[in-house]
Amino acid sequence: MVDYTPTEMMTVSASRALKNDDVCFVGIGMPSAACNLARLTHAPELTLIYESGTIGTKPDVLPLSIGDGELCETAVNTVPVPEMFRYWLQGGKISVGFLGAAQLDKYGNINTTVIGDYDDPKVRLPGGGGAPEIATSCGEVFLVMKQSKRGFVEKIDFVTSLGHGKGGDDRASYGVDTKGPSRLITDLCIMEPHPVGKYFIVTSIHPGVTREDIIENTGWTVEFADEVAETPVPDAHELQVLRDLHARTAKAHEGQQ
Amino acid sequence: MVARFMSLKEAVASCIKDGDTVSMEGFTHLIPHAAGHEVIRQGIKNLTLIRMTPDMIYDQLIGAGCAKKLVFSWGGNPGVGSLHRLRDAVQEGWPHKLEIEEHSHAAMANAYDAGAAGLPCAVFKGYRGAELPRVNKNIKFIECPFTGESLAAVPAIRPDVAVVHAQKVNKKGDVLFEGIVGVQKEAVLAAKKSIITVEEIVDNFDDVPYNAVMLPNWAVTAIVEVPGGAHPSYAQGYYKRDNAFYKAWDKIANDRDSFTAWIDEHVMKGGPEDFAAKRAANKG
Repeated sequence: MVDYTPTEMMTVSASRALKNDDVCFVGIGMPSAACNLARLTHAPELTLIYESGTIGTKPDVLPLSIGDGELCETAVNTVPVPEMFRYWLQGGKISVGFLGAAQLDKYGNINTTVIGDYDDPKVRLPGGGGAPEIATSCGEVFLVMKQSKRGFVEKIDFVTSLGHGKGGDDRASYGVDTKGPSRLITDLCIMEPHPVGKYFIVTSIHPGVTREDIIENTGWTVEFADEVAETPVPDAHELQVLRDLHARTAKAHEGQQ
Repeated sequence: MVARFMSLKEAVASCIKDGDTVSMEGFTHLIPHAAGHEVIRQGIKNLTLIRMTPDMIYDQLIGAGCAKKLVFSWGGNPGVGSLHRLRDAVQEGWPHKLEIEEHSHAAMANAYDAGAAGLPCAVFKGYRGAELPRVNKNIKFIECPFTGESLAAVPAIRPDVAVVHAQKVNKKGDVLFEGIVGVQKEAVLAAKKSIITVEEIVDNFDDVPYNAVMLPNWAVTAIVEVPGGAHPSYAQGYYKRDNAFYKAWDKIANDRDSFTAWIDEHVMKGGPEDFAAKRAANKG
């Protein structure tokens, strides 16, 4: 059996959620690793779009920032940022948005703005960037985030981006007709929205993880689906490709002084 | 009005005044660092700084006390973490309290577009279910007169001055941008005045593709040749992003004393000519 880390398990699981014909709006960090892994393994035709304007980019190494030169050099086209948000995102041309969060609630509402009060924050985070509209304009949203009580909270301090709102049909009440967060991939498990309540329930648990591990690392009361699967482990090929990608990335970024 | 070639010192002194609204754009690429340093050197104060992605250069301007207000949609050190000077100003009021007006990227991109188009506001499908409209009075919702749909509206961005960096300018003063072009064109066209720093002045643009992003000389105010002027960001075709420096900034900016020492050494005692060496070091 191949050895892997929880982070590798999470990245591989997230990458498997993407299909070959998806057009994906990629956030930096873990989403970027997952999306490029998918492109280098089971989904070679996957279209990756970064908010800096690059469409159909195929970077050889993971970008350190959303606007690295290689994203542009390997893209089908690079468009101005207003066009990216107006035609491509708002125009409904993107099937999946891939987002992370600082805080998340059980309905998949995202906070990347502040911890604490907005006017007197404990921690001022970078802010929403593209996320408020990625969350509402992409066909569906995949969330990827390491599980912890600090991040997975009953009530987020600030709603940067809409998930399923207060649950049920609340999302639609904002005039939003896209699916919203349809999958939450963590280092412990995979969660999907309850068909009616739209709160996340655990549908697949990573090998070696117990239900107690998940409960202990979640700030809301965790529900499990009637039938919970065991997440398939990363295969040797996926791990090799992912590790090679990270090794190339580390080398490329260290090479500059 | 035709663009004038001038020195960086002259361009900043003649275009940017205390209290102005200034937009220094660049979406990771082509960020006008040399021009930002000149603003700090000239001690210009009370600026309202606008930018979608305020990163290191705005961290420097804020920490140096040039800004009274920041209008932004994502404030961080891309790929590295937080902007410590921005955080310190917001959380602790150092060197003084900073007013913030926060938007999403889509809002600001649309607001620049509206500014360039001469519209008073931008209308778009945004902020649905998001909480920013609660804390930012410049986000409102209007009803589409045709469909009844609720749409977000934000005021157009119309800076006093836009500052951007580009690859090339020809002898007539026409400006060429390539690669990730962000909102630079919109920022310049939305602004009353503009300063364009460029990598080089060329005789003509014989080898430029038909659809490259251009600003004709009559659409810009001041042009300054500053080789390497975007360092530590990058200029496609000239030099790479200095990722090591972005990482190093995290430590420099984390502490008020080390930040101040860095500004004294590298900005106050420096000049635009220092950037050429950075360009040579990051070629590749």
